[in-house]
Amino acid sequence: MVATLIPPIEMDVIYERPTALSPVHTHYCPGCTHGIAHRLLAECLDELGLREQTVLIAPVGCSVFIYNYFEVDSCVAPHGRAPAVATGVKRVLPDRIVVTYQGDGDLVSIGAGEVLHAAARGERITTVFINNAVYGMTGGQMAPTTLPGQKTTSSPAGRDIRMTGNPIRMSEVIAQLGGAVYVVRRSLHDVANIRKAKKAILTALKVQMAGLGFSLVELLSTCPTNWGMSPPEAMEWVERHMVPVFPLGDFKVTDAVKDL
Amino acid sequence: MARELMKGNIAIAEAAVRAGLQAYFGYPITPQTELLEYLSQRMVELGRIFLQAESEIAAINMVYGAASTGVRVMTSSSSPGISLMQEGFSYLAGAQLPCVVVDVMRGGPGLGNILPSQGDYFQVTRSAGHGDFHPIVLAPASVQEAIDFTVLAFDLAEQYRHLVMVVADGQIGQMMEPAELPSMREVQTVGPDWALTGARGRPKRLISSIYMLGEEGEAFNRQVQARLQLIKSREQRCFEYQTEDAELLVIGYGTAGRIAYTAVEAARAAGLKVGLLRPQTLWPFPEERISTLSDSIRACLVVEMNAGQMIDDVRLAIGGQVPVDFYGRMGGVVPMPDDILAAIEETYARMTVRVRA
Repeated sequence: MVATLIPPIEMDVIYERPTALSPVHTHYCPGCTHGIAHRLLAECLDELGLREQTVLIAPVGCSVFIYNYFEVDSCVAPHGRAPAVATGVKRVLPDRIVVTYQGDGDLVSIGAGEVLHAAARGERITTVFINNAVYGMTGGQMAPTTLPGQKTTSSPAGRDIRMTGNPIRMSEVIAQLGGAVYVVRRSLHDVANIRKAKKAILTALKVQMAGLGFSLVELLSTCPTNWGMSPPEAMEWVERHMVPVFPLGDFKVTDAVKDL
Repeated sequence: MARELMKGNIAIAEAAVRAGLQAYFGYPITPQTELLEYLSQRMVELGRIFLQAESEIAAINMVYGAASTGVRVMTSSSSPGISLMQEGFSYLAGAQLPCVVVDVMRGGPGLGNILPSQGDYFQVTRSAGHGDFHPIVLAPASVQEAIDFTVLAFDLAEQYRHLVMVVADGQIGQMMEPAELPSMREVQTVGPDWALTGARGRPKRLISSIYMLGEEGEAFNRQVQARLQLIKSREQRCFEYQTEDAELLVIGYGTAGRIAYTAVEAARAAGLKVGLLRPQTLWPFPEERISTLSDSIRACLVVEMNAGQMIDDVRLAIGGQVPVDFYGRMGGVVPMPDDILAAIEETYARMTVRVRA
């Protein structure tokens, strides 16, 4: 009945689910930027036609279930070991695209050794590094990326740098290594920055397609639940407090990458 | 193929190559390093994958990644390195991935030394990682057996989608013996139907060991246990010498078992009714055969190059039917045949006294 009353309207599709993204709800908290990061990665895989040749290495942390959200082959790595697992996959399958998706506890703390050596070897893999300054899944403990003075469940009085050191700027460290050819930091706190983040992920994947070396995109992200903030407050906190400590920018873009 | 003089570590490496090894990841540690060095040249020469990792932890995780793609993959290490790899062993078991791990055991605990030892028995059969699993553990006593078991290890790993360890000691790894290598097997080009290759024209695949619901986790564990039971029922292996009419059964594996063989020979020459059982699989332990023999023997002597680890399994298999004595050397000391012969004579005398009483 309704169909006869409303004439059909010609419409253009301006927004749809990327084919690399599974048609399911995620388990992420409201306001968490994992959803944005997932979508950006999925859009990039779609645009480059990589979905059917990608192997995604899941970390331990909130994004351990990433394999539920991507229509690609996946392997769940032990905590921090994703770059080593990715190395094993990529060495056997050099013509496939291997992506690790890791949080800051996973990549900067327990997996610091694995990512540094994978980068130094110039493994042809891409790492999407989600930095939200806390351990999310275990309930908001202090991470190596926690800001000075930041209160967490394991630094209730605020991070005391005299006792626990300063935040590690991992992208800057990795950029020093010969095998790393594309290392940048972006943020997901507003639309303009989200667009820049997507461009960076696209470039990182192109770097891998061209076999140039190790590529990493760090994304400053939110954790409203563990930060005890509303989603808008969390976005603002990234801009006000995280960006000054983790400046956005390109830390390594080799000439070969510029030529892409 | 003709027999040639070969060092144990090199023989294991070449046997793996001929069994179709496609990817090797390792880290240097004495006394297994020649294995890694040999493969650094051999694998590259054959256009296969060799990578020296930054640590044993990274090496076993590279193995995990490569195993996810369905190829024949191996790593090797020695006792302290094996301890570091336990994280990966557990994930490999949880993800049901086949792979081969060679452990050329050295003295411990701690840094210990680089001398031959069997101090890893508990580690490899009992505590290879968190959770309920045992690797299949093969224990060679000669360079020839090291070759044969390396080939067997790949077949068992694939057959059961399980972690298989070849556990030698520094003596087997370092000594040279004449042995025969198998012919070169063709490398498989078609992977199994669970391998990660990119979801081209098929549904996506997942390699994982996570089960969030208790019921799911238990169901998976039941599946693993059923597979382990199947392995237990099929794969117990041992070598026997003069066990038929033996009253005293000597049990030892690897180098200790081989030296015990010489001692048993001497005891027989002296008229003692002694036999040897040398387990070739440490897990599954050859409990059926030992249990059967416990009906006809009057005593048992376990010989190990540790403080007494396998003796627990012997006692379980014997079920208190006969007394079980122990002779062991530790910290990298290898027993001489005369030492073991003296222990045999001592146990034998006690056994005879008991019978008279």
